[in-house]
Amino acid sequence: MFNAWNDFKAGRWMQDIDVRDFVQKNYRPYDGNSSFLSSPTERTIKLWDKCQELLRQERKKGGVLAVDPHTPIGINSHSPAYIDPDLEIIVGLQTDEPLKRGINIYGGLRTTLKACQAYDCEPDADLLDFFRLHRPTHNDGVFSVYTDEMLLLRKAGIITGLPDSYGRGRIIGDYRRVPLYGINYLIEAKKNDLRWLNSDMNPTSIQLRENISGQINALQTTKEMAVSYGYDLSFPAADAREAVQYLYFAYLAAVKEQNGAAMSIGRISTFLDIYFERDLSNGLLDESEAQELIDQLVMKLRFVRHLRTPEYNDIFAGDPNWVTESLGGCGSDGRHLVTKNSFRFLQTLKNLGPAPEPNMTVLWSRNLPHSFLEFCADLSINTCALQYENDDIMRPYYGDDYGIACCVSAMRMGQESQFFGARCNLAKLLLYALNGGRDEISGEQLGVEMPVYNQEYLDFDEVMRRFTMQMEWLAEKYVNTMNVIHYMHDKYAYESLQFALHDTEIKYYMAFGVAGLSVVADSLSAIKYARVKPIKNENGIISDFLIEGSFPKFGNDDERVDILAVDLLKTFTHQLKKHPTYKNAVHTLSVLTITSNVMYGKHTGTTPDGRKKGEPLAPGANPLHGREENGALAACNSVARLPYSYARDGISFTFSTVPSTLGKSQEERINNLLALLRGYFVQDAHHINVNVLNVETLREAMEHPEKYPDLTIRVSGYAVHFIKLKREQQEEIIMRTFYKRM
Amino acid sequence: MIGRVHSIDTFSTLDGPGIRTVIFMQGCHLRCKYCHNPDTWKIKSPSSKEYSVDELMKIIKRGKTYFEASDGGITFSGGEPLLQYKFIKEIFIRCREEKISTAFDSSLYISSNKIIDLLPYTDLILADIKQMDNKKSLYLTGSSNLLNLRNIELINEYGIPLWIRYVVVPGWTDASGDIKKMAHFAAGLSSVERIDLLPYHSLGMHKWEILGLKYQLQDTIPPAQSLLQKLSKEISAISGKTVFIQ
Ligand code: SF4
Repeated sequence: MFNAWNDFKAGRWMQDIDVRDFVQKNYRPYDGNSSFLSSPTERTIKLWDKCQELLRQERKKGGVLAVDPHTPIGINSHSPAYIDPDLEIIVGLQTDEPLKRGINIYGGLRTTLKACQAYDCEPDADLLDFFRLHRPTHNDGVFSVYTDEMLLLRKAGIITGLPDSYGRGRIIGDYRRVPLYGINYLIEAKKNDLRWLNSDMNPTSIQLRENISGQINALQTTKEMAVSYGYDLSFPAADAREAVQYLYFAYLAAVKEQNGAAMSIGRISTFLDIYFERDLSNGLLDESEAQELIDQLVMKLRFVRHLRTPEYNDIFAGDPNWVTESLGGCGSDGRHLVTKNSFRFLQTLKNLGPAPEPNMTVLWSRNLPHSFLEFCADLSINTCALQYENDDIMRPYYGDDYGIACCVSAMRMGQESQFFGARCNLAKLLLYALNGGRDEISGEQLGVEMPVYNQEYLDFDEVMRRFTMQMEWLAEKYVNTMNVIHYMHDKYAYESLQFALHDTEIKYYMAFGVAGLSVVADSLSAIKYARVKPIKNENGIISDFLIEGSFPKFGNDDERVDILAVDLLKTFTHQLKKHPTYKNAVHTLSVLTITSNVMYGKHTGTTPDGRKKGEPLAPGANPLHGREENGALAACNSVARLPYSYARDGISFTFSTVPSTLGKSQEERINNLLALLRGYFVQDAHHINVNVLNVETLREAMEHPEKYPDLTIRVSGYAVHFIKLKREQQEEIIMRTFYKRM
Repeated sequence: MIGRVHSIDTFSTLDGPGIRTVIFMQGCHLRCKYCHNPDTWKIKSPSSKEYSVDELMKIIKRGKTYFEASDGGITFSGGEPLLQYKFIKEIFIRCREEKISTAFDSSLYISSNKIIDLLPYTDLILADIKQMDNKKSLYLTGSSNLLNLRNIELINEYGIPLWIRYVVVPGWTDASGDIKKMAHFAAGLSSVERIDLLPYHSLGMHKWEILGLKYQLQDTIPPAQSLLQKLSKEISAISGKTVFIQ
């Protein structure tokens, strides 16, 4: 028993690592309203001013302030750095200067080089030579194994965004373990695990032993990094400030070691609240100091940076990091998990102004207190920075201590992890089905070879027969490509620190994804309910369609077409499951595109629903732009039909509306938004992004970005600064249906 | 029974309390000069859709979770929905069974017995007042306002909650005398819960052009916010009712 645990309620967590048990035994649900919250302290205001100046400079320099191309970034690679040591109460930065980006070579040397070149710098020749001659990267590993076919698939863009040249991300270390137990305890536990492991040596057990040793090293190095800032992480945090600082060090170590696309922070606010409450009741902390801690932590989270290539920005626009924090939700005993700290986290959107990071994710449940929901809705309407996910449908799968990785991927904290698998383009695959496996743009033979469809009209059953065969083909390739990637990632770019903050025995998910669901559903609906005449180009490839008659479209709450989308998810999930995965990961599927729907659309020919070649697909599970004829609820209801059990990696829906559509007064808008969420979620829908703003504001921001540095908007599953998007992505967002009646 | 529907909006917060599914019915016998929806006028328009009671109920029922969460419901609008009052009655009866709250938004330029027929199944009526002055009404809408005002009094006697809707068209409905008259009229009606002022806008103009109709208000500009504020204060002072600007 540590002194640092005084006043905490005892439990199993004292014998074994069990953060959930600690939280459940000690947290105090808060049912009150937001009136207790504090505005920023003098110190916070001054520090944030400095931060904003740095952010301004970063924007002025085109989005990247500085790069350190010479020192490969690692947990303890850089000497300590500060924004202003007199003002910072939470310290720690990734490199030796704020916003300076480090290079992470283990993911891929070529990618690192490209990224450096994009910002006019070049790593040391010695360093390059070392990697070229002596240290293969994850990327080298993958490409040494890829089959010709896998290379072609990548090139054609039927599967893209694969994490084969950078960190895979989507892994959430249970950073809470560091403040709760201290690193010595965690190292002891890992050493114990090593001792208890079966001594039969086979590839699996050898790999595991090596990994655990790596984890122990990473924990040691994290301690050393903290020492350089004057902190000793050996033992548990003794008070609120230490708890926040230790937890942040653990997270900082992770974002130094890895440049994963999504680096969620997990579910920390209610955990930290226990420390806050203890200090508050012992008179060691007041509300303004409590808020200051959270404000300053959030500032740091807003300063996380990775060096990316321009191609990367095409699929993940706006320089996101998905520092996702999950707020609220409900425990298995029925008590909600909202605490004062849940409010304090959200309060940062007021104290520091709106921003995309951390990615504030409210775990919605029937049991959430109304006062909290009201606070969330008010912020949603004013900042567009929140997303909501249905805790009531996730809890049965993931218990009551899970976090959200990236946008919509749930996993038990410290017990589960996932292999991120980007997404495949179903719309393009449908065109393969019509063109006998030939790519509609390049003409190359890729999919299952069959004759190009040559009846006058498309017949639904025949198209489905062909499509199912192509799906089967793609599923097999997709699973195997993922197996290669994650084997190699483990081998060359293993996330030692993040896994050190997991149990040794981990359940893995392999997260597949689809893009273009609504376009495919509409296309199949057109084929089934209207008459669609395929038109071939001079190369004999079907490149256009004549549609006679009308057909039901996804997003109008019309069962006839919605069910086609549901069936697609079921079929594809089943087909994926036929193929074994690396480490026996459980196959899951997401309907999430991030911003890649624009890029995917660019590389997809005209589809039978009338969408033209090159036009964007809809984001996530959204209906295609402008196809909703019956208003917002009909669209929500269509999306709610998609079964979470067949898309366990999440179903992302972005809802954008103008303030006046939600109601006349703010009070009305809040109530209506909450009713909308409730009506949507009680139908077992999974996720919703809420944007409430005027289209004119966006137009104005396109023309005068300098006036809108903080304008935040939610895109598929995350939030971005609108002005950081490329013009075509901005256009696409404006094109999206904003629910509004004349 | 078949209803002719112009369009459906499943998410409205402006046509009654809470979240509402609004069914815009096809057909209108008035010819308001500022009409936003002249494409609803002809009952047999090729762009309208036919729904059976069952079909429409299926759509309505899909909003139930949202209605329950917001104390919302359905609102028939138009066009003039009461031209198809029999269809609406059937739907309302079914909504009673489903515990879905019902409302209609009507000009009430319609014979009273039709309205009386519907009242037992109606929870709220959004009642237009086009013009208090009968001559001006004739000119503005093509019809006399006698029925309109009489029906409002009738509904008031039945005790069904009323929201008055008044479109503010500069030069046409904003004369001080007309406004005062309207406010006094409302003051005497205990069922009136609120008055909504709807500022005129010209967004419907292009529809007139598409239909080959001549739009006469092309020179009318939307009322200034200051005018609306002023009218709102005036009306609420006289009527004692809450006034909203939409
Ligand atoms: S009553 Fe309504 S629909 Fe009919 S003409 Fe007047 S404004 Fe148009």
